[in-house]
Order: sequence, then C-alpha cells, then structure tokens
Amino acid sequence: MQRDWSVHPPYLYPDYKSTVLRTPTKLLVPLKHSLSEITGPVYGHEVIGKYDHDLTKNGIKDGEPLGERIVVCGKVMDECGKPIRNTLIEIWQANAAGRYIHKVDQHNAPPDPNFFGAGRCLTDDEGNYKFYTIKPGAYPWGNHYNAWRPNHIHFSLFGNNIASRLITQMYFPGDPLFEFDPIFNGVPAKARSLLISKFKLELTEPGFALGYEFNIVLRGNNETPFETK
Amino acid sequence: MNNKIKMSGANEKLLQTPSQTAGPFFAYGLTPEQYQYDFTSIADGGLADEKNGAALITIAGQVFDGEDQPISDALIEIWQADADGNYHTQYHNIPISPYHFTGFGRMGTGANTETGFTFQTIKPGSAEGQAPHVNVIVFMRGLLTHAYTRIYFSDEVAANSKDIVLNSVEEKRRDTLISQLTATAEGHPVYKFDIHMQGGKETVFFDV
Ligand SMILES: [Fe+2]
Repeated sequence: MQRDWSVHPPYLYPDYKSTVLRTPTKLLVPLKHSLSEITGPVYGHEVIGKYDHDLTKNGIKDGEPLGERIVVCGKVMDECGKPIRNTLIEIWQANAAGRYIHKVDQHNAPPDPNFFGAGRCLTDDEGNYKFYTIKPGAYPWGNHYNAWRPNHIHFSLFGNNIASRLITQMYFPGDPLFEFDPIFNGVPAKARSLLISKFKLELTEPGFALGYEFNIVLRGNNETPFETK
Repeated sequence: MNNKIKMSGANEKLLQTPSQTAGPFFAYGLTPEQYQYDFTSIADGGLADEKNGAALITIAGQVFDGEDQPISDALIEIWQADADGNYHTQYHNIPISPYHFTGFGRMGTGANTETGFTFQTIKPGSAEGQAPHVNVIVFMRGLLTHAYTRIYFSDEVAANSKDIVLNSVEEKRRDTLISQLTATAEGHPVYKFDIHMQGGKETVFFDV
C-alpha cells in the first residue's frame, strides 16, 4: 500500500516554522518497491525489559512518580484491519509538569526524579498493546508567541517493513490547545481525529488509572490478500 | 474496535494513522545509550564488528538544512542487506544471516563531537540485481513526515550504472545518492554521505 498523502502532513507547513528550512523542496522520486522496502527489522521479547511497558515504575528512584496515572492501550493493524502482531512500539513523553528528561529541554517546570518518560513493548498475537504511564503535561515551545504543545505521547512503530515505519504523537480528547498547535494541524483536517485517543471507562482500572484507547493503522503489504468481512 | 475505524463496507479501508514529527526530544527514548541515558538501546551505529566475518565499512556524514547548517537533532535509521545481499527478516522467512547481522542501525546526529552520524557496518551485497545500497529513513524536528533515501557506493561504478532506481533519477541529481570512498580507518573503507534537505545539493528522497 502506498503512503496516503491525504492523511499524512505535507513536508512544508509554514505555520510550523522549523519545516521551512528542513523539508525537501523537490518532488519525491517514485520508487517501485523491491526487497529493500518490503523487509524491515524484526524485534522480539529479548529487547523488552520487565518494566519497559510501565513508565510509572521504570524510572523509580525513591518513590512514585507524580501526576495522574493512565493506561494507554489499543490495537495496531493494517488498512484492512488485520492485526500487526509482535511489532515493536516505542514511546517517549514529558512528565506531568510538561518537562522532558532530555538534557536540552530548558522549560523550567520541575523534573520528576521518579519518572524517566520512555518505554517500549511488543504487540501481542491480536495486535494489542498496553502501556502504563503518567498523563504528560502541556509545555511551551518557541514556534510563535505563547506557543504551547497539547498534551501528547510520542509513538514510534515499525510494522511489517520499512515502508510501514511510523513516528507519530497521541493526543488526549478535548484538549483546548488543538486549534493553536501547528504540529497537530499539519495533519489534513479529515485525519486529525485519528491522533486523538478516546477515554474509555471500560479500560479504566478501578482505584488505579484512567484508560485511554489509541488504535494505530500502519501501511500493510501489497501482497496481503484483502480480508472481507 | 474504535468507532472511527469500523469498516462499513467490504472494500472500505482504514485510514493510515498520520505521521507527526519526532520532535527534538527523541534521544532518551530511541537512542538512549548513544546519548548516555539510563535505558537500553535497541539499535545504534555499530551494526557489525570483526566477529561478523565480513568486510567492514564506515558510513559517516552530516545532515544539512536549507542554510547549509548541520542539523544536530536528526534521527537517521539505516536498513540493509548482508554481504550476500540477503535481508535478515523473519517476515519473508529468509534464514538468519550467516554473518549474524541484523542490518538495522539508528543514530541521532547530536551526540558526537562533530554533529552527524557514523555507522560501522558491512558492505551490502547486491539484492535482486540492484546495485549494493543502504536504505535510509530520516526523521527530525521540522519534518512532519519522515523521508526516505538510499546510500550507494562510489566504487560500484558498473553496478550503479545498471541500477534501475539510480537510473530513474535525473542524471544531475544521482550523485546525491552516492557515498564517496574518502579514506580508510583501522584498515577498512570510510564512505562519506551527507544529506542535504534543501538547496542545490538537495538529496533525492523517494516516495517509498
Ligand atoms: Fe513532545
């Protein structure tokens, strides 16, 4: 399946100022897929540590991380709805105060000594994944006057091959910052809602964590027979 | 299943999840060891060493923006065949490479003393009759959707001249895809490959 440019952001999106000097200006050259594009790295459980899927635990030094505990789960599938099994998902995010542990993050919100903010897991045999984490805070950035990023979690996925590679961001329902954020609005309007997770009471764990569902659709294989329902 | 993506007709396809920029803060999640964070890396710049039993090469370069400034927060991933031209992937049931080589590497451009990337790997063989090449995925702040390119090798003149993909690119831009054998380090060849996002030397990017 080809990359669907009706849902992915264009390269140049001037409201997001960093795109201006960093995005290709010439047309992409068409490439007929060969073995190079229909293969990709395969990771298994050997790269997943015991608490890698649980960001409420994997950064603990001397106590619990601060903030609102959440559980984020969903299904990874191709455009035909076929689950993508045992594929690696990597995530990273700010802490509850909107601060990244990254050394170059200069926002003066407090770091949390018990929150690292990155994790990884594999999807199971039905394509499902689950992370426990802390709801990330909004943070300011320098794109324009009074610019703030909506709460988000960064997701990185491989899928079946390098053509299905995806880095994206998951957002939270009802965020008042959506309309002001050029990264979110770089996505064509019809597809923006695909990046917004859904609050689900049935995923919420009583007395522990609010549940959010975020399903992810990756490009499938050209040779995959279409599954009719 | 999410209501947004429920299938209503037999031929209706789900929309792909849109891409978003990797942003400036990916390093502690995607390349933690390279940037000295306390988390294991699933891949880095060292794809191979003497133990892999194949000729080693280094591929090094920088990523430049439209004002020719080196970019220090790009993420470069490479994917390549082994010395026999086989991709190591269970998906296509290809047996594990005799070189014990996975073929995937990943580096951020901001952790070295000189802004850029350095991969130590083995030179790929020809796959499906194509000239030896390394597949590249480029991510960075300011790139809302990742870009694909390829690295070919300057000392593969005959193979390059017959390569279908290289020949599909207009002649004056082909050089942007060919890494230059510049030196040797510890007895193995070093290929230089810079990526220019824009400008007169703008790298060819593919619609993969
Ligand atoms: Fe972010």
